[in-house]
Amino acid sequence: MPKVVFIEPSGERREIAAPVGVSLMEAARQNGVDGIVAQCGGACACATCHVYVSPAWLSKLKPRDEMEEGMLENAWHPRENSRLSCQIPLTADLDGLEVTVPEQQG
Amino acid sequence: MTSTVLIIGGGQAAAQAVDTLRREGFDGRLVLVGDEPHLPYQRPPLSKQFLAGELAADRLPFRHQAFYDGHRVEVRLGKRAARIDRDGRRVVLEDGEEIAYDRLMLSIGARSRELTCPGAELSGVHYLRGIADVAAIREGLKPGARVVVIGGGYIGLETAATARKLGCAVTALEMADRVMNRVVASSVSEYFAHEHRTQGVKIVCNTRVVRLEGARSVERVVCADGSTYEADMLIVGVGAVPNTDLAADAGLPCENGIVVDDRCRTADPAIFAAGDCTNHPSLRFGMRVRLESVDNAFEQGKAAALNMLDRPTVHDRVPWFWSDQFDNKLLIVGLSQGFDQQVLRGDPATRGFSVCYLKGGELIALEAVNHSKDYMAARKMIAERARPAADKLADPQVALKDAV
Repeated sequence: MPKVVFIEPSGERREIAAPVGVSLMEAARQNGVDGIVAQCGGACACATCHVYVSPAWLSKLKPRDEMEEGMLENAWHPRENSRLSCQIPLTADLDGLEVTVPEQQG
Repeated sequence: MTSTVLIIGGGQAAAQAVDTLRREGFDGRLVLVGDEPHLPYQRPPLSKQFLAGELAADRLPFRHQAFYDGHRVEVRLGKRAARIDRDGRRVVLEDGEEIAYDRLMLSIGARSRELTCPGAELSGVHYLRGIADVAAIREGLKPGARVVVIGGGYIGLETAATARKLGCAVTALEMADRVMNRVVASSVSEYFAHEHRTQGVKIVCNTRVVRLEGARSVERVVCADGSTYEADMLIVGVGAVPNTDLAADAGLPCENGIVVDDRCRTADPAIFAAGDCTNHPSLRFGMRVRLESVDNAFEQGKAAALNMLDRPTVHDRVPWFWSDQFDNKLLIVGLSQGFDQQVLRGDPATRGFSVCYLKGGELIALEAVNHSKDYMAARKMIAERARPAADKLADPQVALKDAV
C-alpha cells in the first residue's frame, strides 16, 4: 500500500497507508485527518477536500479537469498547487506523496 | 457535565456528530444506534456509482470500524428505538434494551414515500433508500430489462440514467409538466430531459399512474389517460417523508419534520435533532425549511454536537445540492423560493450554463449545469447577500463574482 503524508493545519504530520484505487480524500477521511471535510464524498461538488500538493509531486498527478478547475478557482485561498484530494486516485507511483491541508475549506 | 450522549439514527448527521463530539474533547460515553446493519455510510452513490457496480461496498462508509473503536463509540447496528422516556432520560429499543442519556440526538432521517395505487404491493416494485434496496434493484438491471421509473426527480432521473447505462430499456413517468419541476428552472428541466432522451431514456411528463398490474410481480403500469407501459421492474422515486413518530410519540412538536431551533434544539432541552428529519429555521432565507441533503445533515450534525456540549452554535449555512446524470453535473446553491427575477447565463446548447435567482435584487439561488465556477462563486455571493446587476449576470463573458 502506498503511504502518503498529510500536514494538518496544526502542522502535525500524518503518515497514512491506503490501498491503491481509493482517492487521497478517502484515505484522509477514513483516518480522520484534520481539515479534510469532504462533504460530497468525492463527487467534485463541494471543494471541502482541498489540499496543497508538495511541488515535487505536482507533475506526477493527472492534471485538473475543467470541473475541478472551476471548483478550486473560487475555493478558500487557491494556489498553483491546489488540488481536490477526491480527484486524486492513489497509485503505487504516489508512494511518498506529501500534501498540506489548508486552514479552511469551502 | 454531560456524561452520556446517545445518537439514534446512523446516517450522515450521526457520523458528523460523532466526529465532532470526540474532536471537541467529549470524553464521556457515546452510543450510536442505527437501524440498518451498516456503519454510517454515504447515500448519494446509491443511485449512481454504487448501483452501477462501479463503487465497492467497503467504500461507502464514512469511517471503518477501527475509527469507532479507536474513539470509543458504542455502535449498535440493526437496532431500532421503540420509544423515548423523557422523564427518565432513556431510550427503549425494540429489543427491550434501555439506554440512559444526558443528551439525545435524533438523526432518524426520512423514508421513501410509497405508492398507494392498486397493485402497489406487487413484487418488483422498488424504492431506493438504503444499501438493501440497491442490492434488490441491481439484480433486475440486466441488459434489455424493461425498467419503468415513477417520478422524475433527482432519485428517479439518477436511477434512470444508471439503468440506461447498464443497458436497460428505461421509461420515466412524471406527473408534472416537466422533470425536476420542484427544484430547478424550466431551462434546466429541458436540458436534462433532452440529455436523457438522447441517451435513449423515454421520458413521459403530464402522466399520472393509477394502477399497477401483474400476476405476482409487476408487469404493467397503467396511467390515468389509459396509456400503459410494460415493465419487468418498477423503481419509485416520488419523494420522502420525514421520520417523526419517535419524537411525536414522546410529545415533541413535529410539523413536516421534528421542529428544532437554529441550534438543533427540540422543545426538550436534553433532546436535539439533525438532518432530513428536522424542520428548522433558515436565518439567511427567513423561513422554516426541511432539507433532504448531505450538506444539511453534515452541518446540523456538527452544530447539534457542539450545542450538546453547551457550546452555543447556530446552524446558518446556505444549503447546496448536486445531482449526476450521465456525464452531467447539476450543482445547486441557495433556495429559490420567492424569487422575483430569473436570469439565464450562457447557452444550454454549449452544455454549460447557469440560472440565477434574484429576490429584491439579492442573489438567493443559482443552478449550474456543468459549471462549477459559477456555482462556487454563487456560494459566497449568496451568503454575503450580494446584489449583482441582472444585465451583467446575463453575460457569461463577465465572471459571476464580477457581476456586482
